[in-house]
Amino acid sequence: MSSDIITMVHGSGGSATSELIESIFEKNFDNDTLSEMEDSAVVEGAPRFAVTTDSFVVKPLFFQGGDIGRLSICGTVNDLLMRGAVPKYITCGMILEEGASIDNLRRITESMAETAKEAGVEIVAGDTKVIEGNGGIIINTAGVGFVDEKLDIASGNARPGDKIIVSGNIGEHHAAILASRLGIETDIKSDCAPLVKIVHNLIAHRIRIHVLRDVTRGGLATVLKEIAGACGNNFMIKEELLPVTSMVKEFCGLLGLDPLYMGNEGKLVAIVHPEDEEAALDIIRHSTYGQDAVCIGEVVSGGDSASGNDRTSGNDCTSSKDHTSGSVILETLIGGRRELDVLQGEGLPRIC
Amino acid sequence: MNVEQIKEKLINYDGPEVNIMEVCGSHTGAIAKNGIPDLLSKKINLISGPGCPVCVTPSSYIDRLIDLAVNEGKVIVTFGDLLRVPGSTKTLSQAKGEGADVRMIYSPMDILKPAMEEPEKEFIFAAIGFETTTPVYALLLEEIIDNDLSNVKLLTAIKTMPEVIDYLCRQKTIVNAFLAPGHVSVIIGSNVYIPLATKYNIPFGVAGFEAEEILEAICGIVTEQDGGSVRNYYVKVVTEKGNETATGIIEKYFEKGDAVWRGMGNVPDSGRYIRPEYERYDAGSRFLDNDVKKNKACCCDKVLLGVMRPNECPLFGKVCSPLNPQGACMVSTEGSCFSYYSYGR
Amino acid sequence: MCVANYGKVISIDEKTALVDFNGNRVSARTGLVEVKEGDYVLVHAGCILQKMNQKDMEEITELINEEEQAVRQLSI
Repeated sequence: MSSDIITMVHGSGGSATSELIESIFEKNFDNDTLSEMEDSAVVEGAPRFAVTTDSFVVKPLFFQGGDIGRLSICGTVNDLLMRGAVPKYITCGMILEEGASIDNLRRITESMAETAKEAGVEIVAGDTKVIEGNGGIIINTAGVGFVDEKLDIASGNARPGDKIIVSGNIGEHHAAILASRLGIETDIKSDCAPLVKIVHNLIAHRIRIHVLRDVTRGGLATVLKEIAGACGNNFMIKEELLPVTSMVKEFCGLLGLDPLYMGNEGKLVAIVHPEDEEAALDIIRHSTYGQDAVCIGEVVSGGDSASGNDRTSGNDCTSSKDHTSGSVILETLIGGRRELDVLQGEGLPRIC
Repeated sequence: MNVEQIKEKLINYDGPEVNIMEVCGSHTGAIAKNGIPDLLSKKINLISGPGCPVCVTPSSYIDRLIDLAVNEGKVIVTFGDLLRVPGSTKTLSQAKGEGADVRMIYSPMDILKPAMEEPEKEFIFAAIGFETTTPVYALLLEEIIDNDLSNVKLLTAIKTMPEVIDYLCRQKTIVNAFLAPGHVSVIIGSNVYIPLATKYNIPFGVAGFEAEEILEAICGIVTEQDGGSVRNYYVKVVTEKGNETATGIIEKYFEKGDAVWRGMGNVPDSGRYIRPEYERYDAGSRFLDNDVKKNKACCCDKVLLGVMRPNECPLFGKVCSPLNPQGACMVSTEGSCFSYYSYGR
Repeated sequence: MCVANYGKVISIDEKTALVDFNGNRVSARTGLVEVKEGDYVLVHAGCILQKMNQKDMEEITELINEEEQAVRQLSI
């Protein structure tokens, strides 16, 4: 490379673009499909597959425990996994702002390649654009995964009696990002990770998984509330069982945040048949990134009259909260009860 | 008494009905978060008060910040939750979206570094808060003066607790006991409440913020304290006289004055302003008295005074929600309406 | 209204103390109360508001230890 920052010429489609693609993307994402450099990738298929896409705009680009590159693979891979898919192919759209450091771009790309390898996916297609700006880097990834025909994993499938398992400690990604933005020194690292092993092992051992959800933005409370809404049942969870490290707890205390509403990038919720609870926990704890898994509560009946479909819609009369279905109830440490809603607002730190 | 005994007493309480106001927003948050109302007998009611500084900041203050940012090109530096408070036309967050330079920090001291690094820009700290935060602003002023920084000013909306409690007691409120603010009391001391307790024959209990600490204070107020008594349950950091170094430095830089509380109007002597001799560090904080309601039907004032519960407001949960707040009580995570809405209290 | 937390002073440099909150370290302005290394202090908005007395400090340390033990047990 003749310069060390991205300029508009890198997006021209001419020789500078090719040079950038060859020296950075092709070199790192090396695979036969991509190397063909055709207008689209032609790949092997399956009768049933999952498709997803996600965009990554995190600042800073590098943070404790990860970077935007690793995040862009984990996010899409984890979304595929949550429907029981085996992630296969990823596409990568890079939007580079003028002034972006080529060295950073190289490090991010290397991290993407390494994470893709870890997750067992191939980056088979890509695109690069340069826009005016201040050196930012934005990544979009889309992914395809193959799904076994017999699997039916969806939020609507949670049934009364099912156990609710969380794969590990919550709040770490959010805390790591906020700490670096606010200049707080911390040992907390982002949990950013591909959850391939956990999901594959659960499926391989024929655990009766009813729901899998990636616990990302909005935190555990938001995800649980969404699942409860989709299945029309209620969730009872216990604060004393929630997996939160004391370091994250203290961090939240400092900024007046609630770990239940902090984002994660390597945690899932699995709702499983009650008889499979112990086996599922054992499998997750013995899978990479699942060592701190715990059961936090269970699904209880959403009441006699209510089903998932006739719940009041949230738009016009949220005040008359429907306690008979779709509620998430937390039993607090002190023995009180608190109903959890989805995240309201942006989770900003506050003094007050 | 251990926690279990306290819980036993509170759930079985059968004396005269007690309406306890927790004045402080952090108490409101902690009460909701821990599900404390569930642990109390029906005869003990908790009512949220005006102790969330974000909630009581009048619209003209937000308008002034936006004006400074948009029309005068100043950098606005503030705490996160002020960003979403509606002014008369928009929020700071919206102004930021339109290109204004608005920055979020953890500590007011964090304004010093960018101010030194970008001397060509003028920085305004949006200094809201009660007695707890006021000494931090005093220390900030001291730093600005010591470093001879001419590009940092404060736009203040500083309020004081005893005066607003006094004001509340003069209204037709159902409140007959106070859970006094813990961290405000660290600064001003627990003795401050004695004249108020005596004047209105109402008990005050200074409480900490852990669930056990709140329960202990409620239990003491309900079962042991007489009207007119003040008791400090937060002895690990609260003393009778408070932190006199802090009150001293507050006095050095700030003087008392009337202040407008959002929805409530002017409360005599309930504000603090930068003293005239340090006027050059003030970005025009006095006379920001105008307080426009976004929605005429908003009942924030009644909620703040403890004469109405959030869910009794006709807007609650209908047009007013955390995503589209009509009044400030729905904005901050410690606002009473936000708390009711989010925790189904 | 006023989020404030207890931490332990690990070092002091002129007017600033580095305060540890269980693995999170924040620079906090001193000046409102005299502090020394090892003190447990109440910090609000990057400023030390008060110092805790010895007895309460020990109780808190004990609580933290208990909690850590509980967390460890959970994760076994």
